Amino acid sequence: MAKLKTGFFSFTCCEGCIVVFLEILNKKYEEYMEKMKIENFRQLKTNEKIKNLDIAFVEGAISTESEIKKLKEIRKNTKKLIALGSGACNGYPSNQRNKFDMEKKKKIKPLIEKFHQNKTIEPLNKFVKVDDNINGCPVDEKLLMEKIERYLR
Amino acid sequence: MHSDKDFDLNLKNISKIEGHTHLDIKVKNGKTEYCKLKISENKRFFTQAVTGLDYKLVPTTMSRICGTCSSAHALCSIEAIEKALKLEVSDQTFQLRKLLANAGHLRDHAMHLYFFVLPDTIGKDSVLDFKGKEKQWIHDGLHVKEAGNFLSTIIGGRAVHPPNVSVGGFTKFPTRQEIEESVKQLEECRDNILKLIDFLYNDKTSFKRKTNYVALINNDYNFLKGYIKTAFGTSIFEEQYEEHLKRVVLPYSTATAFKWESKEYMVGALARVNLNKNNLHTDTIKDTFRYLKKFPSDCVFDNNLAQAIEMLHEVDSSIEILREIQNDIKQEALIIPKIERATGMGVVEAPRGTLYYNLNLNNKGIVTYANLCIPTQQNIIHLEKDIAAYVEQLLQQNKSKQQISFEIEKMIRAYDPCMSCATHFLRINWV
Repeated sequence: MAKLKTGFFSFTCCEGCIVVFLEILNKKYEEYMEKMKIENFRQLKTNEKIKNLDIAFVEGAISTESEIKKLKEIRKNTKKLIALGSGACNGYPSNQRNKFDMEKKKKIKPLIEKFHQNKTIEPLNKFVKVDDNINGCPVDEKLLMEKIERYLR
Repeated sequence: MHSDKDFDLNLKNISKIEGHTHLDIKVKNGKTEYCKLKISENKRFFTQAVTGLDYKLVPTTMSRICGTCSSAHALCSIEAIEKALKLEVSDQTFQLRKLLANAGHLRDHAMHLYFFVLPDTIGKDSVLDFKGKEKQWIHDGLHVKEAGNFLSTIIGGRAVHPPNVSVGGFTKFPTRQEIEESVKQLEECRDNILKLIDFLYNDKTSFKRKTNYVALINNDYNFLKGYIKTAFGTSIFEEQYEEHLKRVVLPYSTATAFKWESKEYMVGALARVNLNKNNLHTDTIKDTFRYLKKFPSDCVFDNNLAQAIEMLHEVDSSIEILREIQNDIKQEALIIPKIERATGMGVVEAPRGTLYYNLNLNNKGIVTYANLCIPTQQNIIHLEKDIAAYVEQLLQQNKSKQQISFEIEKMIRAYDPCMSCATHFLRINWV
């Protein structure tokens, strides 16, 4: 059987969900690598080309136009797109600034503009179809393992 | 001679580091005209988000700045709050916190050395490309990382964003069985670490520059309490740090930088080993004696070796503490502080260097001000200057542009930067 082609991507976040996956690999590396081929994973390898993925795991929320563009590119090149952790699923905690009071919003406005960040930080499903959500901050380790093992079956 | 002494080098989305960054370099006539590390992490304004929160929510909120260094953020914010509210914790709490910090460093250094650094040293893009005997490194790395992960889990409840660590103590305690299991795992990974130390010691990549190093030091090489020492001879109390640190705005980066007494400096494992190697655990010193002779070192690539030696210390120090506490872990209740309007400073050694928190609380225990100084922010200017000089050194050795790119990435990785941490902070005064 051909190996499942996977990609791991990080947007605006703490990258803790990817760390959870890397901790899972402590015990599951051999088992998973027999069945999956990691094509994209910035923390582990250099590969900017996103192509013909079976599953894309995406952590983090979306805060800029360039992130929207990249997310759409991932969507176009993967069969399944999985939101990893609360940032990707519902925007939290990166989206805390959406609810800042007027005074705080005024303070951060020059930086938002300077760095071309969007007015609000949003979860993935605001921009693309998401096939599955694995929630938690960080992502729930057991649930992530269960789901990965289901995809690998 | 190198045929082209005028060129631009742009490295996009540098891989095998924490977070997103680019690098732009302009070289003219063999001299680096500029070198800009363009950190491109998007801001999440944590220091704004934390103002208005009850002090009890601060550690779990601030740990979310970074998935990799979450324990360090939790521990540092707790120290700031406890100092503000004059709360003294029990010896047991302090020992458990030392273990949590050790575990965080161990996991983090293992990730960095085995998964980010080794591919460069072995000459592959990724550990995923390791074949045959090389694959043993992956298993060694996963083994060490798991020992750190397990220790984090039994003490903090989880490796990422630990829920059990709190202002005034811990909310859950490890069992005797868990402690025994942890000691076993830690003992089992000592040989792997010694093998890595020897391997990194024999890597001859070199770039030296006389410079300043800053670290929080003490007599048992813990990462939580002590005084701040510099290689240029300054020794100060934790509370005095703001008199020495100066924020520098980098117009091309989402991160700001810092200088120490108006000069660039370096923090992290190299700084700690350079300034405090004699206080490493005695078992660590015994087994790494010949490698420790290399320190103090002015070679930035020795940050990798320093991290590897620290991993052994984290193992040895944790084993000692676990054995001490295993027979009488008490289910201590959290100490509840008396709330007053106050300011507190937290200073800890995060895996990548000294982390500073300054928090103000009002008379209801609500945060009214937060100011942070992150290790990677402190290293940025030093790193840019090192890259600029390293490029010139490589040009003199007639290296190709491709070789130069490879070497620069290797240097950036030796610093072990964490861009998630460097950007997600507070307000900046734009001039």
